[in-house]
Amino acid sequence: MTQVRKDFFSILLFVCLVAVVPLLTQSGVVLNFVMMALFACLIAQAWNVLGGFGGQFSFGHALFFGTGAYFQAIAQLSWGWNPWLALPAAMLMAALVGAWVGALSFRYGLKGSYFALVTLAFAEVFRIVSLSVPFTGAGVGLMLPLKESIGNMQFGSRSGFVWLILGLVALALCVTAYLRNSRFGAYLQAVRDNEDAARAVGVNPFHVKTWATVLSGGLMGSAGAFYVQVFQYIDPGIGFGSHTSVEALVGAIVGGMGTLWGPVLGAVALHVLADLTRNLFGQMPGINMIIYGTVLIVIVMFLPRGIAGLASYTPKSWRRNG
Amino acid sequence: MADSQVLLEVQGVSRSFGGLKAVQDVSLTVPQGSLTALIGPNGAGKTTLFALLSGFLTPDTGHVILQGQDITGHSPHLNAKLGMTRTFQIVQPFAAQTVRENIAVGAHLHTASRAQALDIAAQVAQRVGLADQLDKLASDLTVAGRKRLELARALATEPKLLLLDEVLAGLNPQEIAEMIPVVRSIAASGVTVLMIEHVMQAVMSLADYVWVLAQGQLIAQGTPSEVTRHPQVIEAYLGHGTAARLRRAEMSA
Amino acid sequence: MMFDASILLSALLNGLTTGAVYALIALGLTLIYGVLHIINFAHGASLMMALYGVYALKERWGIDPYVALPVMVPAMFVLGYVMQRVVINRASHGKDENILLVTLGLSIVMENLALLFFKSDTRTIDTAYTLTTVAIGPESAQVMVSLPKLVAFAGALVVSALLILILQRTDLGRAIRAVAKEKQGARLMGIDVEHVYAMCFGLGLACLGAAACFLLPAYYVNPQVGNGFVLVAFTVVVLGGMGSFAGALLGGLLIGVVESFGGLFLGESLGQVGIFVIFIGVLLLRPEGLFGAKT
Repeated sequence: MTQVRKDFFSILLFVCLVAVVPLLTQSGVVLNFVMMALFACLIAQAWNVLGGFGGQFSFGHALFFGTGAYFQAIAQLSWGWNPWLALPAAMLMAALVGAWVGALSFRYGLKGSYFALVTLAFAEVFRIVSLSVPFTGAGVGLMLPLKESIGNMQFGSRSGFVWLILGLVALALCVTAYLRNSRFGAYLQAVRDNEDAARAVGVNPFHVKTWATVLSGGLMGSAGAFYVQVFQYIDPGIGFGSHTSVEALVGAIVGGMGTLWGPVLGAVALHVLADLTRNLFGQMPGINMIIYGTVLIVIVMFLPRGIAGLASYTPKSWRRNG
Repeated sequence: MADSQVLLEVQGVSRSFGGLKAVQDVSLTVPQGSLTALIGPNGAGKTTLFALLSGFLTPDTGHVILQGQDITGHSPHLNAKLGMTRTFQIVQPFAAQTVRENIAVGAHLHTASRAQALDIAAQVAQRVGLADQLDKLASDLTVAGRKRLELARALATEPKLLLLDEVLAGLNPQEIAEMIPVVRSIAASGVTVLMIEHVMQAVMSLADYVWVLAQGQLIAQGTPSEVTRHPQVIEAYLGHGTAARLRRAEMSA
Repeated sequence: MMFDASILLSALLNGLTTGAVYALIALGLTLIYGVLHIINFAHGASLMMALYGVYALKERWGIDPYVALPVMVPAMFVLGYVMQRVVINRASHGKDENILLVTLGLSIVMENLALLFFKSDTRTIDTAYTLTTVAIGPESAQVMVSLPKLVAFAGALVVSALLILILQRTDLGRAIRAVAKEKQGARLMGIDVEHVYAMCFGLGLACLGAAACFLLPAYYVNPQVGNGFVLVAFTVVVLGGMGSFAGALLGGLLIGVVESFGGLFLGESLGQVGIFVIFIGVLLLRPEGLFGAKT
């Protein structure tokens, strides 16, 4: 079986297995856990597109999350859109923001720490602006009125949301599989591994990195829109705050950057860890993030290729050249 | 020189860095289908010239013309699409990827199909003698292997003009002897090759024509045997006064 | 909007005093970047820890912030030394992207430890002189500047001068400059590069210890305060030119003034946005800053 067939088959298997869960149980606890675990998967996968495959580390991915979330809310509240229409539009909006930030950053050759800083700065700017303008509800945020119906993307039970987020995760997985099995993906990884060598054989780094930001942003935006539908609320802290940025990147790194299943593994592992801690230590503020931060340090120290890296661990390929 | 089509024309190209004139008013003509070499002492500006030709640097003055098209200042990826690919003096593999995946990046210049690119990669690997290492990680190859990989990746782009920057550097005599026929077969297949080389044995046996660069300027050109007897060339490599000393030694012998 | 001279002067002085503290913060960052060539994402969180340290010393043991200087500065120095030697150095495996991630991880851990122990409330301290003001300026445009801010200004400049003195006149300073210029060469000369790196990091954080002592009387602390400072500090550093001390000093003063005037004309929060816009602008258009050299 070719690589691409293997990839899509494993995705199909994953989707079928998870889709069955809401049919097997109606337990709110289980479904909530699955839903939030999948949410963590989605944001990690979104980050992985640009960070893992593209090698460009964004520290402000909440920028796209918040954009998607606010668009989803504003489209319904101010323009009366149907949420099913708003969702793809929110993704598109986040993708456009991705195009803008990406084009700006890469046009001026930003890389490494500088790129991370710029993404952080953009996220902060959006946060401060959304805190100040009435259009986004300022500090109070925006609230979606409760109106449960499938047509209004507010499912009565968690099952509907589980299937919705599963669909988005499947989309992200397909995008990742595309990166593993296409010219675009090969070019993206070439730029990541050695930009000059890639240029010498015909790759346009600006083009490729910007498109990666577009894809990554769009997927992240879908997570934002999803969040608004589930929690019916968004504010500057939730939308553009660093929490989401951190969760996305730690999930991808812990699981294994640049792989198909890495972010899923990492996100689920972290989510389970966070849940366990909550059960052990109660609802302490900040404990989650302390764990994320510590895990990040530990993984970078001892397991740079993440959990997925364990599968193909060979001592000789531990050290990368150059 | 043979009366064939001109593939690359370099007209009065110069480039300075601050006060340092790295390349000064260099002009040369590369005929189609030829295997030519660029030699000169260290620091002569050879790699800088390659960077100027391939688009990694922009000339301060002068023009680079590929098959009649002015490509001065073009980005490297555009030049690759037009048929000019370069390799690097210090090899630049995609270290975390396999040999096959490395070469496939080059192959993708002419095909969007992943499967096809991987197939082409296998074929090109065969041509350079890497067929048995296709699934090895680039970082696990020997220096000689990485040189071949660099060559294969460039070949996969189906270039009209291949700029080889010291493809033999760092190889032992055995490896050099194995590499020379590979380069020759590439040229024989129709690819025009311009190589920077220090290994004189390779230059003598491979090149039809040689340009000599010293301190950024073209000081001599001709067939390999003409050039190696050129007094200025001897001076450039071996120091001031050497040419005269050698001649006196010859005469008194 | 017409503001009279005293309001403008007040904004200017406020900007300069805050700017001096920004400069001190940025100096530490510049030192770390200039020598280790890493962007310390944990700088803001470290400042926040220092601020809480000063806070705790005052609230628990009644130690005045200025008196706490000889405690905070060495304590932060040690923290910095240990952080670099034990965590950052070990985790980096020589790759820049790893260092990026590790310092990010450290900042997350520090910020949330503070959240855990101090909760998210904003805290201030009360000292005898918190509300004291001093009159500055000519009769016609006299302004009242708060004393703590003036002390902060003076203190920041003194510490900056000390830091520069250390770098220029001491053996450690010479070692640091050697390592910054040519790591391998320095190593071959017998300099313990790992030790120098850690000393540098320690010095960088020691600056934060001093900055915290000067800041708290005129300012406040909460777990998020680090975020705001880190971006301002980075803006100062890139504006001044990564690795340039003069640049960090002048950049800090400039940013302080810009923030102050921005706040005056645009309101507090949008004034902050102005800083970030400058930051993004500098990164994109002139990454070598005002004083840095083009590489």
